[in-house]
Amino acid sequence: MGVVRTALASRAVGSVTSPHHVDHYLEKLHPLWTAEAVRAKVVRIERETDNATTVTLRPNGAWKGFTPGQHVEFGVEVDGVRKVRVFSVSSSAAAKGRNFSVSVKAHPDGFVSRFLNSRLADGELVYLSQAQGEFVLPTVMPENLLLLSGGSGITPVMSMLRTMLGSTTPRPQRVTFLHYARSRDDEMFTEQLDAWTELADVEVVRVYTREPEDGASLAGRFTVDHLADLGIDPATTLTYVCGPAGLIGTVRETFEAHGAADQLRLEYFKVPTIDPALLAEAAAKATGTLAFDRSGTEAANSGSTILEQAEAAGLTPEYGCRMGVCNTCAIKKLHGAVRHVISGEINANTDETIKPCVHVPVGDVTVAL
Amino acid sequence: MSHKRTPRTTPRLDTVYDATGHDEAPRPLVADDDRQATVGLDIMTREELDSFGRELDELRLRTLASLGQADANYIRRVIRVQQWCEILGRIGIFTPFFWPTFVAGILLLGLAKILENMEIGHNVMHGQYDWMNDPLIDGKRYDWDNVAPAQDWKHGHNYLHHTYTNIHGMDKDIGYGLLRIDEAQPWYPSHRANLPAAFLLMLFFEWGVMYHGLELGDYLKGDMSKEEFQNRKKRAMAKTRRQVFKDYVVFPVLAIALVPFVGWWAPLAVLGATFAANIVRNVWTFLIIFCGHFPAEVQSFDEEEVKNESRGQWYLRQLLGSANISGSRPFHVLSGNLSHQIEHHLFPDIPARRYPELSREIRSICERHGLQYNTGRMSKQLLSVGRQLVAYGRKPSDPYLIGNSPESKALRRAKREAARAASSVEAARAAGESAEHLPA
Repeated sequence: MGVVRTALASRAVGSVTSPHHVDHYLEKLHPLWTAEAVRAKVVRIERETDNATTVTLRPNGAWKGFTPGQHVEFGVEVDGVRKVRVFSVSSSAAAKGRNFSVSVKAHPDGFVSRFLNSRLADGELVYLSQAQGEFVLPTVMPENLLLLSGGSGITPVMSMLRTMLGSTTPRPQRVTFLHYARSRDDEMFTEQLDAWTELADVEVVRVYTREPEDGASLAGRFTVDHLADLGIDPATTLTYVCGPAGLIGTVRETFEAHGAADQLRLEYFKVPTIDPALLAEAAAKATGTLAFDRSGTEAANSGSTILEQAEAAGLTPEYGCRMGVCNTCAIKKLHGAVRHVISGEINANTDETIKPCVHVPVGDVTVAL
Repeated sequence: MSHKRTPRTTPRLDTVYDATGHDEAPRPLVADDDRQATVGLDIMTREELDSFGRELDELRLRTLASLGQADANYIRRVIRVQQWCEILGRIGIFTPFFWPTFVAGILLLGLAKILENMEIGHNVMHGQYDWMNDPLIDGKRYDWDNVAPAQDWKHGHNYLHHTYTNIHGMDKDIGYGLLRIDEAQPWYPSHRANLPAAFLLMLFFEWGVMYHGLELGDYLKGDMSKEEFQNRKKRAMAKTRRQVFKDYVVFPVLAIALVPFVGWWAPLAVLGATFAANIVRNVWTFLIIFCGHFPAEVQSFDEEEVKNESRGQWYLRQLLGSANISGSRPFHVLSGNLSHQIEHHLFPDIPARRYPELSREIRSICERHGLQYNTGRMSKQLLSVGRQLVAYGRKPSDPYLIGNSPESKALRRAKREAARAASSVEAARAAGESAEHLPA
């Protein structure tokens, strides 16, 4: 943050703007002039595949940069509502300037990812968080490194490899980049991955699970044999895995079987379901797990209101009227769908405010309690 | 990539519970037995009350579904106007050498505080704009330009006042523990000063709101723990310090720069102007709120008649417990649309800019059911409030309406003893039951 921003975000200025944050005033002058809130402008939109897009952003001075592998909350305002999703940064941290990019695959159920792929335009304002997450490379590089990804899980490891190749700091002796995609058409970053196959100290291996290429050394989904074929010993290879739950599950079992669970770094990703038919079906019966993010507990969804379930789980959330009037109990729902007990309306956005006294979970739900 | 949060350790998708039967909101006041509340039964049948409730629920859903960009743009525009008023007002009061801009500064700063407290602060803190998911306009995080800390105000206002509206003993906003404004409130000699007390409250309304939020009465009665009371005091002190520091220290100190050009009194002029602007805001908010709740036709309720009330009865109580003020569009904006107090009480979490359009439909619903819809010019409502204050300040002839008459004391003692007897019977029965379960 620059001197001006630091000064604006200081306590001295805060005592003049109190009880409001200085950003409350600054954003009215220009949405990018905020002192603490990270905001960015879309500077470039590139199509990676038929349904995947890379969005390059120019963040304002409040942005403190990122470490490869980290993710960022990405909010766009649609019809007055800020929709927020979390995306991994895909660009190199070694690049000059503040600009960075996220790469997003349009999921048929993911509102923001679809929006990114179809309606986002150059110059649009994006509401960001600072980069966050522990899925990052160690400061001291190991001898052997495996970057394993499936589908759009390629983005954080892509950022790691791009950064490694773009900087002068020593690299691990052996880097293997193993990626699973359905087909070559469905693969992101194909050109760059093609170019990297020439590199001496980085082995780039891609497996197309649905449409395998002729002469490919590996085929099908990930199995332990793939590691053996590549000559990788799980016990001595620091491994970063990002992809769908199925892939992560198999990799974890493999590493646990080799007693190498401590070599594994995992990043899950999950796309919210907003398909009305599926939600209506799920709403008819109480299924799934209700997770309380702050207290780190969870319980099987009992079908009663989130407030009642939290109390049953031994938590003591704030509440007032218990009938949806006073807003005392309002909390952030981080993930999942909820149904309003009076209106029957279903809300499935990430990071939206709900009233737990009149909302019941629909399937898996995570709330900030 | 879309994604993550801490991975679940034990997903339990196999358990299936029944989710039906949860389509009814819990009721605010639940009795021990399954009696039905009697509110409104003198004017409507249960069926009518239910259909009244359904009509309002439908109206509510229709309005919520139509919220969008226009509402987001509106609140941001109001905030922008408010901020410019504030900035220009602060500049204006730095010109004590030229009275027209100085006075304009006071008025603009007062206007800024009115807009901030009413159309922005009050409404945002109700969660009316939570659907926007904008952290700067979020009901949980917002704090207003007022010495009353948001958290305690929200408890007393959003929860107690809006849930238990006009129920004696539960809604502490009936007279604010200071005034006698309803016949069912016991009369004490201090109420002889009803009118002057109300006048003082008007001038220093924000301090009244802050003091009210401490809920000292509850603490003294033993209904609130000492720790909770201390926390309330701490929050009030912290907020007061910040407000006073900004208004009466920072800006007057900055005005020292004016001393060489204006004279030694420049900081005092800035301080006085800010004080005046705060008074302007206090008077205005007081008038709007008193006209919204205390005119003669507004009804109050007893705890016993509202236990187990239906949704229709809850709506009816809100309707009968509020009064509107008619006026022009700018007047409504300046009142934070609380001139539509009825609509606000029916739908406290719907953006207030929708109240004027809602009022048309609500009036027609009320007409259809033959219900009172209390509205009138500000002068009319204010006169009614003034008359009420005078009338209920006089000593009533009925000794049971006088708080410290021997009759009232005897009645209270009888009630206490009855309650004690009931609880000892209860305890004896519980003891008896547990004795039965003892092994022989």
